[in-house]
This record gives sequence, C-alpha cells and structure tokens, in this order.
Amino acid sequence: MTHTFKPTITNVSRRGFLGQVFSAGALVIAAPLTPKLKAAGTWQPSVYLGIEPDGTVKIVSHRSEMGTGCRTGLPMIIADELEADWARVQVIQGLGDAKYGSQDTDGSCSVRDFYDRLRLVGASARTMLENAAAAKLGVPAEECRGQNHFVVHAKSNRRMAYGELAAVTATAKAPEASAVRFKTPDQFRYIGKDIPIVDLKPIVTGRATFGIDARMPGMVYAAIERPPVMGAALKTCDDAAAKQVKGVEQVVMLDIAQPPYGFKPLGGAAVIANNSWTALEGRKKLKVEWDLGENAGFDSSAYRKAMLDTARQPGRVAREMGNVDMEFAKGGKTLEASYYTPMLAHAAMEPLAAVAEFKDGKVVTWTCTQNPQAVQETVARAVGIKKEDVECHVTLLGGGFGRKSKPDYVAEAALLSKQVGKPVKIVWSREDDMRFDYFHSPAALYMKAAVDGQGHPTAWLQRSVFPPIAMQGNPNEQYGGFQLSMGWTDIPYPIPNLRVENGPAKAHVRIGWLRSVSNIYHAFGVQTFTDELAASAGRDRVEYLLELIGQPRVIDFGKEGLKGGRSDPKFPFDTARLRNVVEVAAQKSGWANKKASSGRALGVAAHRSFLTYVAAVVEVEVHGGEIHIPRVDVAIDAGRVINPDRVKSQFEGAAVFGTSVALMSEITAGDGRIQQSNFDRYPVARMNQAPFETHVHIVPSDAAPAGVGEPGVPPIAPAICNAVFAATGKRIRELPIKEQLA
Amino acid sequence: MIQLTINGKPAHFDGDSDMPLLWYLRDDLALTGTKFGCGLGLCGACTVHVNGEAVRSCQTPMRVAAGKRITTIEGLSAAGDHPLQKAWEQSNVPQCGYCQSGQIMQAAAMLKTKPHPTDQDIDSAMQGNICRCGTYQRIRQAIKVAAGVRA
Repeated sequence: MTHTFKPTITNVSRRGFLGQVFSAGALVIAAPLTPKLKAAGTWQPSVYLGIEPDGTVKIVSHRSEMGTGCRTGLPMIIADELEADWARVQVIQGLGDAKYGSQDTDGSCSVRDFYDRLRLVGASARTMLENAAAAKLGVPAEECRGQNHFVVHAKSNRRMAYGELAAVTATAKAPEASAVRFKTPDQFRYIGKDIPIVDLKPIVTGRATFGIDARMPGMVYAAIERPPVMGAALKTCDDAAAKQVKGVEQVVMLDIAQPPYGFKPLGGAAVIANNSWTALEGRKKLKVEWDLGENAGFDSSAYRKAMLDTARQPGRVAREMGNVDMEFAKGGKTLEASYYTPMLAHAAMEPLAAVAEFKDGKVVTWTCTQNPQAVQETVARAVGIKKEDVECHVTLLGGGFGRKSKPDYVAEAALLSKQVGKPVKIVWSREDDMRFDYFHSPAALYMKAAVDGQGHPTAWLQRSVFPPIAMQGNPNEQYGGFQLSMGWTDIPYPIPNLRVENGPAKAHVRIGWLRSVSNIYHAFGVQTFTDELAASAGRDRVEYLLELIGQPRVIDFGKEGLKGGRSDPKFPFDTARLRNVVEVAAQKSGWANKKASSGRALGVAAHRSFLTYVAAVVEVEVHGGEIHIPRVDVAIDAGRVINPDRVKSQFEGAAVFGTSVALMSEITAGDGRIQQSNFDRYPVARMNQAPFETHVHIVPSDAAPAGVGEPGVPPIAPAICNAVFAATGKRIRELPIKEQLA
Repeated sequence: MIQLTINGKPAHFDGDSDMPLLWYLRDDLALTGTKFGCGLGLCGACTVHVNGEAVRSCQTPMRVAAGKRITTIEGLSAAGDHPLQKAWEQSNVPQCGYCQSGQIMQAAAMLKTKPHPTDQDIDSAMQGNICRCGTYQRIRQAIKVAAGVRA
C-alpha cells in the first residue's frame, strides 16, 4: 500500500526561495549575513522573508524545532519589526543551506545569534514598504508607519495594504543599515508576548511531521547491526536466516567506521525490508561475529574509580589566582570532597530517523536533524559527492538534546540508498538509540577549600576529570578544552587563592554534548561544595551563597587568573544579575519561612550557563528512601525574552530533565558494551516522579537575549541534593541518587 | 486476512499476524500520529484505543487487534476538537510534541472512567507515558481543564 507523504512542515524549495515557495509577484527581502561567517568567500545574500501579493507573509525558520519554540520565536522577531499581522504569517522551514548562516541548533543560541539579524530583516522590509507607500501617496516617508500589515498615513487617514505594496516594493533597493527605521522596545507587538507555537494544532491532532514520519515513494526500510564496542571489527556475518524472513529483501554490508569517529556512520550489517518491523525482526536473525578490539575491556565501574583517583592528582592548571598551596599549607581548617556523575544518554522520545534517496549523484533526505548543514557535509563525505548536492529537508524533531546534531544516522540512510538503488528509511530502535549514543561524559571532581573563622574560603581548588568531546576529532584527546569554560573556569567567586584544574581521561565510547553539557557536572561540584561549606559554617545557605558570589561586579576573567580571559562586552558576567536570581528564587519560594523539618526541606543552587543566570530552589520530601519534589522555583535572567511562555516551558522541562539526572539516569558499560538499552534500565522522570509544580520567574531585562534551552538544567541536581542534605543529613556526592537514601 | 476497524473505517491486513499494530498503522496506513518510542510498552508514545481502552500498540500483535475497533489520535475527534485537544492547546502543553498523541489518547481513556480525576488519579493513569521534554505539569493542568475540575 502506498501513501503520498504530505508533510505538515512546508520546506523551502531547493530551486530557490522564489522558485516554489513564492509566487512571481512576491516581494523578497534580502538581508546581509552578519560578519560571523568564517571565510569572506562564503558570504552570500540570504533570504528569510517574502511578502505575497495577497498579503501572505512567509518567514523562513532556518533553525530546527525540537521543542524549544524557536520555529515560532525566530519568525516572531521578523514579524514584529515588519509589523506583520501574525495571523497572516506562514512559517517555512529552511533546508540545509550555508546561506542562512549557522543552522546548528544547539548551544542555546538560536535567538542569541540571530536576534539582531532578524530584526534587521523585518525592519528593512517595513522601511521599504513605508517608503513605497509614501511615494504612492505623495507624502514624506517619515509620516508613514507600518502598522499591522498596512502602511498608515495618519495625517490623511489613508493606508495601503502590505500585499498591494509588495509588487512596487520588489523593484526598490534595500536601504542602507543606517536608513533602516527600527522599532523601540515599547513598540514591540510580539516580542515579549506569549504566542502559541505554530505547530500546536498539527501536534495535538497527530498530523505533525517528525523525522520518523517522513516517507519517500518506493522506499525500503533498514535496520543495522552495528559494532557493539567502539572500534570493534566485523569478523563474519551469516545472513542466511535473516534473508529467510518474509519481507526481507537483502542484507547489505556497510564499512566499519575508523577513528576519528566524528559524525561517521558506524557501519555494520544492514537488513533491508518492506517495513520497519520486518527490518528489525530480520536483524535479530543475523549471526554476526566481532573482533571487539581495544575497548573490549571498558568497564565503567573501574573507570569511575580511575577517574576519581586522577582527580586527586595534580592536573593541568586552567585558571589560577594567588597561591592555593601556600594557603592550604598554613594549617587552618580545610574541607575537601570528591564527586562523581555518570554517563548519560540523550534518550529523546523520537529515536534517530532519516529517509534518504541517492539518485544521479545527488542525495535528497528528510530527517530530524539539529544541524542540516552537518547533514550535507556528513552525507556528502560518506557517499562521495559535493555537499551542495545533498538536499536536506528538516522535519520536526521529537526531542534532540544534542544527539540529533550528529548526523551519523542520516549518512547510514544515504549510503544504503546508494547500495540498494531505492530510497531507504533507516529505523533506529530504542535499543540502537541508547547503545549507539554519543554519551554525556562521566565526570570525577575534586574540591578543596581552606576557610577562615567565618567559614569563608581563603583558598579554593577544583579539579575535573572527564573524557572530552574532542575525542570525536582525536580519539587520544584526554583534556577538556572548551568544555572547561562551561561552569568551571568561569566560577564567579572572588576568592584570593583560586586554582582550577583539569585531569586526563581517555574515551572508550563516543562522547558528545548533551543538553547543558559540562555545566551539569561542574555545577553539581561547585554548588554542592558551596552547600557543604555553608553547612560546615552553620550558615543559612542562601546568605552564604550570596556572600561567596560577593559584591556586584563585572568579572574580568583576565584579571582573575584566566589566561586570555576577558569580559565580553555584549554578554559580561555580571554578578549582580546572579545575586538577583538567587534572591528572587529565595523570595518566591518562601525560603525564609520554610525551615527544614525532618524529611522535608529546601535546597538552593545557582549557575550561569549559555549566558543566562539561573537560580533554583527545590523543595523535597524524603520518606522511606523515596524523594518527592512538591515544588521548584526557578528564577532566570536571560536578557530580553521573545516568547515568555516558551521560555517558561523550557525551564519547567529543564527541572524535569534535571530531576532525571539527579535521581535515576545512569549509563554504564561492561566488557566494552553499554548495559542499558531501554527505559526499564535507563529510567527518566515520569509524571509521578517529576516536580509536581515548577514556578518560573523571569527577571525583566533589556539586556541582549541569552540562552534558554539549556541553562535550566545545571542547578537542578545540586539544588535537589542540597535539599536532601537539609532534610536528611545525608550528603549526596555521586549521581544518580538511586538507592543511596534507602 | 485480518479485518479490523480503524477510526470508524473497515481495514484489512494480510501480512505476518505477529506484527505489532503500531507498524501497521504507521508503515501500512501512514497514520503516523501514533509514535514509536520504545517497542516494549515502557513509554506510552504508541498509545491507541482498542475497543475504547488505552493500549500500547507496540505490544499489540495484529492477531490480537483482529476484529477490534481501533481509534488513533487522527480519529479521536472529527475536527481536532476533543476537549483534551482543546485543553492541550489552551495550556500550550507540547514542547517537541512527539509524545503528545500518546499522552492525549491515554488521558482520553482515563476520562471515560474517571471524568473528574484527582491528582492521584492522573499520576496513576499517566505515569506510563514518558515526556522527555518534561511537560507533565501542563499535561496535568490540561487534563483538569478538559475535565472541568479545578486546576
């Protein structure tokens, strides 16, 4: 039975913006790319916006929607400056194309990196429409104002619709940046207002198109038996029984990936069949023997011990002020602690999925990807074509959390299509998705402080050890690199003697970024240790945390011991904003009036990541070793927010994600193999385990927009564990908590 | 040949009767609103109604579905206006949206037996449906809105 695939997402046609998406009379606004693109030669005029003669405004969302709301929020920015009527805006999903600038939807930077550019797009278009209307009406341009899909000349009480102006404006020249009339924030129509996501109706009616839903005419389905251990080589594959399964068409071998692994498809034996289930059933019948290779002995329990030992040894110094060793040698009171956090899997609800067709030296693919340009590059390299010959359509993503920015799975579909001569849909089971993840690093942390009579640290040493993401490019890399800037070298406490170190760890599985990345374990170490010092000093933990953050200041990291560190003029680290979110979270949670009782208490943690300041106060109840979380208060300062309801939803969700991290999720390995493969042994928070209610308090701000997708996660686990300590006296130094309270 | 009713219309299937209903809906009928999440009945993304009851279609072989009335998210209401669908919109529940078909189908079945659910009823009925984005508090709120109980 065949069915026509009618995606609910409208994608830009490859043949260009005008080619199919817009009718011939449409006004299409070109906006210059920001100078952020690396090489001068890659600069191209770029298009995000068109206005049809019937007044329909089409806005391209060039970033991927995985639940953060950017497919609504980014178009809101253009629509606002354009003074478009939101009801007449149609959002078009951009294909992978370098002309849009970065489409790599991770790092919580969709709004942050494109706010200025998209305002320029909208304001340029409105300025042109105003100019065109002024010429038509014979009045000065400054007397004309774009207003909700019309240009209005108030003096003469006349107006012209955007649609009727589209044709005349199409031949006009775009204004110089200096001649563009921007709105002032008080004139914003959408920015800062709650707008429902554009995909709401398709989602609640089951008509939304995710990657796993995409189809191509004549496609076959594939399931791959991949190397069970990183670096394993295929010895033999007996596919006779698999081929006997009714509906299995053939078994195809894919080359096994060689290091560095990057985004390369892992390779293996692929069963090609007439539907998803048959492909998965056929795969069960393969008899594959592997030479497991150098990682066959990987055991995460032994690895944990080794990392904790490494964290007790001197490492590479990443930041240093004063002299911690001299201060420790003085013989005063010191505290020290080791912490450990495990590997994590992304476990998005939609397993990885792609459909691809290789035909006439070109590839067309539909997939759930966070990074369609990386799809182009990865697929092109895999099948031996140019990246421009890879047409990547982006569907909705059923969650991403960083995994779907690594397109190994799309390359699998393309490679198989090239071999079988038909479009191929690659099916990842949940087991595949979990075992062949790019895992969040396990981490060991060591913290030591010398404290004065008031319990304030006079020296602070912190050392983290984790296999780095850089293993993707160099399997022998053992140091953290850029990951150290994620909540580690940017510790904001003004302590006169401070040393930040990093120790080595070699990866034995693929390591990748997961929502909030290294901030998860770094915040866990710093914010738990802070709580330990407060407890040791017998102090109120909110007051103590504020004292450690110190007097309001903009941190000049270069002057505070970070080589090459400087203050970012657009996004300075302003500790007044960090203090403020702590105070707001404390006040809104009723911190001062909710004293800990046996089994019930509050915990606090604060952390800045992705340029956003976040504090969380978590209330826990502990009974019989079980933790319940009746309430979370999160205060955030993310600069200007575009769609407050979506920002709130990100932080509500982050509290749940952080709860999974704190209480239950853990990936382990034995004999080189990942030991969890589904939600039975890799639990994530369910409704009855998640915080009952999370209150998100957005601090109003005119500062540049910062990240919102990730910064909510890092404070949650330490806040939960600090609350557990207050409620039970049990200090949690390893995640997840699991049975530690039993 | 297996005969069954899908969203009020007769349908038939002549393949392997061990194949789960999920894949028949998704691959054969292109009713992709029903999602694959785990394949083991652990996550609830594939929830549909079989003779009015919420079941995991990934754990329902076609031979078991034979002769039954199947309702998927696409057939829950004619115009996408089931009280839960409206409440889901009103509360802006979805983030990525992937699990929401299953959540809505699960909640719809619960409301048939518990039209005025308590928080405990909701927890108990919904804990088999995972949302990795963490929309649980809005799901709870939307269920209460649809049920007309105080949120």
